[in-house]
Amino acid sequence: MTTVERQSPAPTILEAGRTDRQYWVDVWRYRELFFILAWRDVSVRYKQTMLGVAWAFMRPFLTMVVFTVVFGQLAKLPPGGDVPYAVMVFAGLLPWTLFSSILGDASSSVMNNSNLISKVFFPRLLVPMATVMVALIDFAISLTILVGLMIWYAIVPGWQILLLPVFVALTLAAAIGPALWASALVVKYRDFRFVIPFVIQIGLYASPVGFSSSIVPEQWRLLYSLNPLVGIIDGFRWSIIGGASPIYWPGFLISLGAIGLMLWVGISGFRRIERDFADLV
Amino acid sequence: MTDTVIRAENLGKKFIIGHQDTRDTMFREAMMRRARNFWRKGRDLVSGRLVVEGDTSEEVWALRDVNFEIKRGELVSIIGHNGAGKTTLLKILSRITEPTRGRVEIRGRVTSLLEVGTGFHPELTGRENIFLNGAILGMTRVEVRDRFEEIVDFSGVRKFIDTPVKRYSVGMYARLAFAVAAHLEAEILVIDEVLAVGDAEFQARCLDRMSEVATSGRTVLFVSHNLAAVTALTKRAIVFRSGQLTFDGPVEAALAHYSSSFSRVGERRDWGRGRQATLISAELLDERGLPTEHFMPGTPLRLHVVLETGGLRGMSLEVVLRNEYNLPVAFYSSNIFNQVPLPGEAGRYECVLTLDSYYLASGEYFFDLQTTMTNVSVDHRVDSAVHFVVDSCSPDGIPYNFKQGQGFGSQAMRLAAPIEFKPLPDSQDL
Repeated sequence: MTTVERQSPAPTILEAGRTDRQYWVDVWRYRELFFILAWRDVSVRYKQTMLGVAWAFMRPFLTMVVFTVVFGQLAKLPPGGDVPYAVMVFAGLLPWTLFSSILGDASSSVMNNSNLISKVFFPRLLVPMATVMVALIDFAISLTILVGLMIWYAIVPGWQILLLPVFVALTLAAAIGPALWASALVVKYRDFRFVIPFVIQIGLYASPVGFSSSIVPEQWRLLYSLNPLVGIIDGFRWSIIGGASPIYWPGFLISLGAIGLMLWVGISGFRRIERDFADLV
Repeated sequence: MTDTVIRAENLGKKFIIGHQDTRDTMFREAMMRRARNFWRKGRDLVSGRLVVEGDTSEEVWALRDVNFEIKRGELVSIIGHNGAGKTTLLKILSRITEPTRGRVEIRGRVTSLLEVGTGFHPELTGRENIFLNGAILGMTRVEVRDRFEEIVDFSGVRKFIDTPVKRYSVGMYARLAFAVAAHLEAEILVIDEVLAVGDAEFQARCLDRMSEVATSGRTVLFVSHNLAAVTALTKRAIVFRSGQLTFDGPVEAALAHYSSSFSRVGERRDWGRGRQATLISAELLDERGLPTEHFMPGTPLRLHVVLETGGLRGMSLEVVLRNEYNLPVAFYSSNIFNQVPLPGEAGRYECVLTLDSYYLASGEYFFDLQTTMTNVSVDHRVDSAVHFVVDSCSPDGIPYNFKQGQGFGSQAMRLAAPIEFKPLPDSQDL
């Protein structure tokens, strides 16, 4: 990129509303900074916490235990297929944790990096995106718990497991839209950051994490699928447990549409507020 | 090689700041005002406009109608008072913020250094921070790796390179930060006041490094309050005053223009207002009680201040004396040092602060003035409110002028008792 720029004398033009044109070129040019920021976030995360990696194991594991007891044992909800309730919960917990930690970390990321934003130029998109890497590493750690669970219950996944990366990518797509938008809104309206944890808490119960989406009455299922997490969690369960937890296709397509819309709204919302970041932080 | 690398046309940047109306005397009025503000904020939020704190908002042009051109390889300094728009200009050039009006054309890659150590993370080690900071400043990993040894040598903290920087002293931190910055490769280098860190020896090293960069054919834009560095490093200077470009030309002429802007009687920038107590005016008095811009070392500093209070109790009037490098020299607080708060009854007051007799080195000085609440939060602050010059400093009538620029600080010390060298008994044997 730089060599091309040096040969052609086309100047960079700075004026109101003009920065749009080279935005994605800049994102590509600053890819190394993206990896460095991601690496910083990851290494700081594990340096600062006393329990470090152990925490990444314990949190999802304990949540799974609680949900299995509350929903499976006390409320006696059906697991939706003949799989142990714990595995069903964990297969839903994986994408949910990935989604919520991206939303939670990314939303405060721009504020937390205000010193960078007011002093150096780079595409601001990199800051919330770098937090995605941290969430992905936690996700990878949780995945090993799943492997352990499946060995414990002697469950052999079918060919569907090969599609798991697709569902991971979908989770990222679903999380990035709201996360970007939230991170920009927090800069503009400071008190917005108190809204995020609340939204995440509501979302946990509004999404089929602790229970199977099959318990939702047939006539509501399509509407329920407007929550993109519904399609994603169903997809995860289908991919991990296989035929025991079939995907509800019409709903899945609606979830896909919702993901696409949120991604578009998120990116364009972020881009719109982004150019004022340096004046706002 | 006379092609233009930066061309600014009618450049302008507008900020919107909020003000609070006069204090409420009635609870009902206060509630009404809250309600009105809440309604207005809600409306702004829904319509996607910027939400501004306060009752009324005001547009402030930090930069206005700025035009200039910079050619390849030129070294240009940008000077002006605090708030004259220098930093805003640098932020626009380095693409941190967008101009509101006008445009800038830039040919080549701009590397900006508005601060040393941007993005340093306290938990990471010196080594890790070098890579992090390098990437933030636009270096590739390979570039940082190639220069790593040089950077570490320059910083002089090799022993602690694998220690988290939160354990560094302020000096070590600054050295490491500047070391990374000093090894940037750039076509166009934009530098804000960054030399005000570290000790004199390290500053000298930084200046050397800067002149090295400056002579290597790169374009450099340099903002500093250090007028000595400005004259040493650059040939051309652009002077800003309240957002407007008032002079563009040879550095010596620019400095003359800049200093003349201090002494213009009757004309001054807007000081704005505080929430509780507002500074109205301030001036230095000579021994006859008349306003002056010259101070004679060894006489008391007499500062005449006019201010308005809203009647809040326990507020303090504070002054910070700064030298020409913008470094603080001395501090005074009426409430902390003498338990003399601002009057508790609303109104306009004047006072004369008669401060100790200082043997200030010759050169320029500034007083920053501020009113503070409960000794903690600044209510109204005016940077460089008073400017004065010490023409010569010759304590006890010595035939020698002690100057600020000599690197021995801003004050000459005087003996409190006569000095006498007495021979020690065993010194005969040596």
